[in-house]
Amino acid sequence: MRGRSEILATAARYLMPLLIVFSVFLLLRGHNEIGGGFVGGLVASVAVVLYMIAEGVQAARDLLKIEPRLLIATGLLIALSSAVFAWVVNRPFMTGLWWKYPLPVLGKVGTPLLFDVGVYLAVMGTTLMILFTLAED
Amino acid sequence: MGDYLVLFPLIVPLFFAILSLFAWRAITWQRGLAVVGTLILFSSGIALLDVVIHEGIRTVQIGNWPPPYGISLVVDAFSAFMVVIAGGLAFLIAVFSLGSMDEARLRYGFYPLFFVLLMGVCGAFITGDIFNLYVWFEVMLMASFVLMALGGERAQLEGALKYVILNLLSSALFLSATAVLYSLTGTLNMADLSIRLRTTIAPDLVTTVAVMYLIAFSIKAAVFPLFFWLPASYHTPPVTVTALFSGLLTKVGVYALIRVFTLLFLADVAFTHTLILALGGFTMVTGVLGAAAQYDIRRLLSFHIISQIGYLLMGLGLFTQSALAATLYFMVHVIIAKAVLFLIAELLYRMGGSFDLRHLGGFYRAYPWLALGFLLPALSLAGVPPLSGFFGKLALVQAGLVEGQFVIVGVSLAVSLLTLFSMTKIWNEAFWKPASKELRSLSGSTGQRMALILPIVLMGLITLGLGLGAEPVYALAQQAAAQLLDPGAYVAAVFGGLP
Repeated sequence: MRGRSEILATAARYLMPLLIVFSVFLLLRGHNEIGGGFVGGLVASVAVVLYMIAEGVQAARDLLKIEPRLLIATGLLIALSSAVFAWVVNRPFMTGLWWKYPLPVLGKVGTPLLFDVGVYLAVMGTTLMILFTLAED
Repeated sequence: MGDYLVLFPLIVPLFFAILSLFAWRAITWQRGLAVVGTLILFSSGIALLDVVIHEGIRTVQIGNWPPPYGISLVVDAFSAFMVVIAGGLAFLIAVFSLGSMDEARLRYGFYPLFFVLLMGVCGAFITGDIFNLYVWFEVMLMASFVLMALGGERAQLEGALKYVILNLLSSALFLSATAVLYSLTGTLNMADLSIRLRTTIAPDLVTTVAVMYLIAFSIKAAVFPLFFWLPASYHTPPVTVTALFSGLLTKVGVYALIRVFTLLFLADVAFTHTLILALGGFTMVTGVLGAAAQYDIRRLLSFHIISQIGYLLMGLGLFTQSALAATLYFMVHVIIAKAVLFLIAELLYRMGGSFDLRHLGGFYRAYPWLALGFLLPALSLAGVPPLSGFFGKLALVQAGLVEGQFVIVGVSLAVSLLTLFSMTKIWNEAFWKPASKELRSLSGSTGQRMALILPIVLMGLITLGLGLGAEPVYALAQQAAAQLLDPGAYVAAVFGGLP
């Protein structure tokens, strides 16, 4: 990293929480409206990437604490478990199951949301893995 | 239970890919996972085949969406058969990889990719939706792109580039054909397509789409005249990867051809299937002639992959029950025989220090058992009784004679002779001729050496067993072929008995 930009660093510090909140909003808004795990994951990775551009790759890795590869693996595992969940109640694979009572703020929750959370993590992990690797070269 | 089993060929590789990702740095764990995972895949394949044989075609509607709106997974005897072969081959290659793959490639994710590749292959075998088939092709190709380039040697990157470009072209064609098909019929479910294409208003357009699919899948299956990417790329990655690719990737292309040309495009059989027959003939001849000029054992075997694909097409082109059964039987034979020849090439390289036949020699004197291990699959590939290749070719030739297709029968027999010539060349050069330099014995621990030898022994025994016990396998192939020729049963299974 050549010369650290104070303006960018300050901006990144304020933008990051906003982006992450927005990504979670997109994630929860998914299924029927515009949004979902894929877009949410992209926006979340943008937050980390912004920090990476401002502070350097190593700082971003330290901030993330968890290896992007593990994010991918965890995301896939969550998505897979949401799909297998339908077997527990004797329905075909990947049948969407919803909990009857909507939660405050979150709204209705069910296996499609779980699936989206998996996608969110997997997309975030993939994007960051690619960008970290490119930035380190 | 059957419905759970249908999903196993997808879930098992995915689950083990995830586990291998978690065990990224623990190479020993990944090795164990590879062997266990492929063994589970193989056993679940066998269980699935058993269910399908006894209870008929199994289907699952993903997400409980009724057909034709949702994605159907459909397993008939042909699909289950292919899953079993893929699982079996994957297991043997996983064992071989314990001894053959270098640490660097393992550290960069060989095993997770291996499982993703298997997931794509199995997904292509069990899906009942043509767009979903495209998706599984992409999954498989993504994994294979990386596997081919993994290691980053100069030759590898060059090979991978050719492989990627040709396969992307094929994918684009596949996708365009699917788009045209969708605009014609308004459906992507293969069972639904099968009904609608029977009563189509635009038969000429359907034939055009059929040829588009033929070209797209022919590129993947390395059929004449679109095969040139295969010998340009298959010899570049480690032999373990090549053996896996030779066993699975081109065969998925053939599987897709057989599936769409027995279920969907039956409007103009006289044209399409005759075209396939002709392509099969040309593929056999060009493959075997290409092989004659080669001295790099991997390139030589790569050309033979192409030549054998021709035989698989021959059965589809003849389009009778016994011809299709012969193709299925031939499929098992060629996947095993081809893979084991590649594995032997790796041993020759390790002990003789080269893949070039001119620099090898003296193996018969030094390692007579290895020579025997080579002779079994080599003679089988050439079609010498009582090995598996003989019965496969016999069945194909009989089916051809019954149909009165004497030209293709003649071609297939001549190509057999040339295959024998090619195999004799390897035998003369690598085994018979005196060694030009000292042969090294296999390095590594006893366990590693066993991992290298055991799959070769097992595959040799399978080749022998398939020949001596051809009857049960052939009966199974007959049953699968009968199902393939009855699209009505497939449709009924998907729509639950409704028309």
